[in-house]
Amino acid sequence: MLSTILSRLGQGCIVVFLLLTVTFVLIRMMPGDPFVSDKAMPQHIKEQNEKRFKLNESNLVQFGAYLTTLAQGDMGISITREQPVTKIIKASFPASAILGIAGIIIAVCVGVPAGILSALRKNSLIDYGTMILAMLGISVPSFVLAPVLASSIAANVPFLKVAGWGGPFDWFLPSLTLGLATAAYLARITRGGMLDTLNQDFIRTAKAKGVPALRVIIKHALRGGIIPAVAYVGPAFAMLMTGSFIVETIFQVPGMGQHFVNATKELDFFLLQGVVIVLGILIVIGNLTADIALVAINPRLRESS
Amino acid sequence: MTFLRIHSLFTLLAIAALSSLISSCDRQNHVDEATENNILIMGNSGEPADLDPQVVTGVIESNIITALFEGLCGQHPSSDGEHLPGAAVTWSANENFTVWTFKLQPNGKWSDGKPVTTEDFVYAYERILHPKFGAKYASMLYYIKGAEDFNKGEANDFSNVGVRAIDSHTLEITMRAPIPFLPDLTKHYTWYPVPKHIIEKHGGMIAKNGEWTEAGNLVSNGAFTLSKWVLFDRIECIKNPLYWDTSTVQLEGINFLPISNAYTEARMFFNNQLHVTYTLAPELISYSKEKYPENTKLDTYLGSNFLRLNVTNSQLKNIHLRKALGHAVNSQAIIDNILQGGQEQATGLVPNMGEYQAAKEMFFDPELAKDHLAKSGVNPAELKLTLLTTDREGAKVLAEALQDMWRKTLGITINIRQSEWKSYQKAMSDLDYDISTGGWIGDYPDPTTFLDMWKKGDGNNRTGWSSEEYERLLGKAELTEDPIQRIRALEAAEKVLLGETPIIPVYWYTQSYLKHKSLKGWHPLILNNHPYKFISLEKKNTTPES
Repeated sequence: MLSTILSRLGQGCIVVFLLLTVTFVLIRMMPGDPFVSDKAMPQHIKEQNEKRFKLNESNLVQFGAYLTTLAQGDMGISITREQPVTKIIKASFPASAILGIAGIIIAVCVGVPAGILSALRKNSLIDYGTMILAMLGISVPSFVLAPVLASSIAANVPFLKVAGWGGPFDWFLPSLTLGLATAAYLARITRGGMLDTLNQDFIRTAKAKGVPALRVIIKHALRGGIIPAVAYVGPAFAMLMTGSFIVETIFQVPGMGQHFVNATKELDFFLLQGVVIVLGILIVIGNLTADIALVAINPRLRESS
Repeated sequence: MTFLRIHSLFTLLAIAALSSLISSCDRQNHVDEATENNILIMGNSGEPADLDPQVVTGVIESNIITALFEGLCGQHPSSDGEHLPGAAVTWSANENFTVWTFKLQPNGKWSDGKPVTTEDFVYAYERILHPKFGAKYASMLYYIKGAEDFNKGEANDFSNVGVRAIDSHTLEITMRAPIPFLPDLTKHYTWYPVPKHIIEKHGGMIAKNGEWTEAGNLVSNGAFTLSKWVLFDRIECIKNPLYWDTSTVQLEGINFLPISNAYTEARMFFNNQLHVTYTLAPELISYSKEKYPENTKLDTYLGSNFLRLNVTNSQLKNIHLRKALGHAVNSQAIIDNILQGGQEQATGLVPNMGEYQAAKEMFFDPELAKDHLAKSGVNPAELKLTLLTTDREGAKVLAEALQDMWRKTLGITINIRQSEWKSYQKAMSDLDYDISTGGWIGDYPDPTTFLDMWKKGDGNNRTGWSSEEYERLLGKAELTEDPIQRIRALEAAEKVLLGETPIIPVYWYTQSYLKHKSLKGWHPLILNNHPYKFISLEKKNTTPES
């Protein structure tokens, strides 16, 4: 097991490095210039700033210099914000993490039971109703859902704000927006997994032996049926933890999602590279956690690992 | 029985705790509580890049910096042309406005109690102009004698730059030419002092590490001081008790919220979370005017929207074609049907300001447009022109309206090219376009803030156009000591610019926003730079009323 974890961690490092390299190259290939703005700066000032960020050097030299500073724990200075990238990420990550954790709790609490119920009542009204709702959850984009929730719920509930990030009540609507879309996917995945398991011979045997229905579902069916959902939750959690530009913008959440979009638009090379590294690490951790959970759930995987 | 009592007690306690939590959250950051506490809550569009007056370049930063710092002259709360004492108590110029002398407030202090002296101003001006500092807005100080040469590294000795501390409280500034509008310039944050003793403690003059502007480190000389800076969430400023005019300051604090989405900001205002918004999306103006007429504000703003024409383009070299395109633009239709923000049709580049009379050279006249097209000798069917615009909301609608106007009036088919902001700027900078949307916000209320940029080689020109006559007139204006004659020379220069039509003025900006009824002392000003020390919050009418 330990060797599997170490092997996965090694693979994860390679993935993050490749992700960083591709991001480094792609953002430098984008049209535009980080120092061109609506009010032009004199040429000599522009040159100084390029020199300060080593943008006057070749891409290879820049990459080498970046890796050297990165190895020392320094992600560089944001070109547009004049702040260290690590400081920006440290400031933005907590809000995204809170949102991600709350979002995944909502997603699991809504999506998994809905999927199980749907599978148990296959081809019933409950099944159709749940799957229609799930399809709606997948289809309605967050930029529609978020303002609807803000206008319909927050505007009418005294202790909820339409936007802003203060106390725990402010976490509710953004995490609900994030969580519902993930819940919709989870419901469909869980239903599929459960249906596969419920058709297995061992379930039929358990039922024939007179094992109570609830025990069959919880002890036998759920263990196998939940596997696709667990595999999905790992990376989904990582994605939720790095924030969502749309949800953050609509609910005024000071999270990390905004940096993916703004840093790309503003050609803020170092900020984008920094947030991509964090996203990469989280996805590696998410996948690894999901793998460990799958091994714990599935004895066959335990034996093979 | 006992169990039930204990259970009931716990239930009551839980309900009380929850109610208290709910009610505290209900009040938190809301306008009514903030008004009670004299805290102004403002939408501010985005996260500031920094709070260092010599590093930043934007309006977002300016809104905060003007609360924290104060320049030599202060802004009048309701009159654009009047100057009030700021860090300087008095000022005077020689006869031809080339040498200005400022006497600093005798009791002017930094928020840590150290006196504000001329040394801080000299240090600030050396810092922003220092070639190694690389300040993006250093050119705002090029009006000072020798400043441009020092900034470009062509002169190494700052003592040759026209800034001199005569004594600890007397500052002399020598200009490169007569500059009668220096008091206006000194209100711009690039001219503000910075605390030498603090900057030296955090890396020195040319360090750009953002350390000295962090909450806890930043020391300022304005009406407010920085109390909290939560990145991407809020900036809180509190009243500076050591400010020389602290008795005038009525607010206890200001909270700036970096709300980038105009719809979110409007929703927050309508739900009583903000006293004033940064902007109001054009799509919401009609709704707001109808539902919240007293809260909807459309103030004149010192800005001009125009189209750039790339005169190096083989087709747009033709001046008659440029004029034909200009007279085919129906600005009023754009304002009435698309913008809806009370903008004014621009007949020239520079809006009316003080003695300056806006030009009346460019206007919608389909017949005149057709005449120019005929004179140009261009066959509309053979024209291949593209209109460059941004990917921002509303940009495409405006571009399509222009496309339609040119097609209907002149029979010219023009393609639209939308680009990301940085690509759009780069394309304009490289003259890689035919026609482009554009705009300019004035930095100070003087026509030169709009006219200087069209000089040959200026980084903001971006049309490839230049004119010796235009530059001669600008040069003449700069050397003219009589303010009225100076203005007449600038008007003549603009006439030359518009006569050759490298740009087509479309409209003069307004600032549209939402303002709470409790907010007092907030008057329309063309630079939208409301001096916070005159602002107060009335403790009645705390909800926006429809």
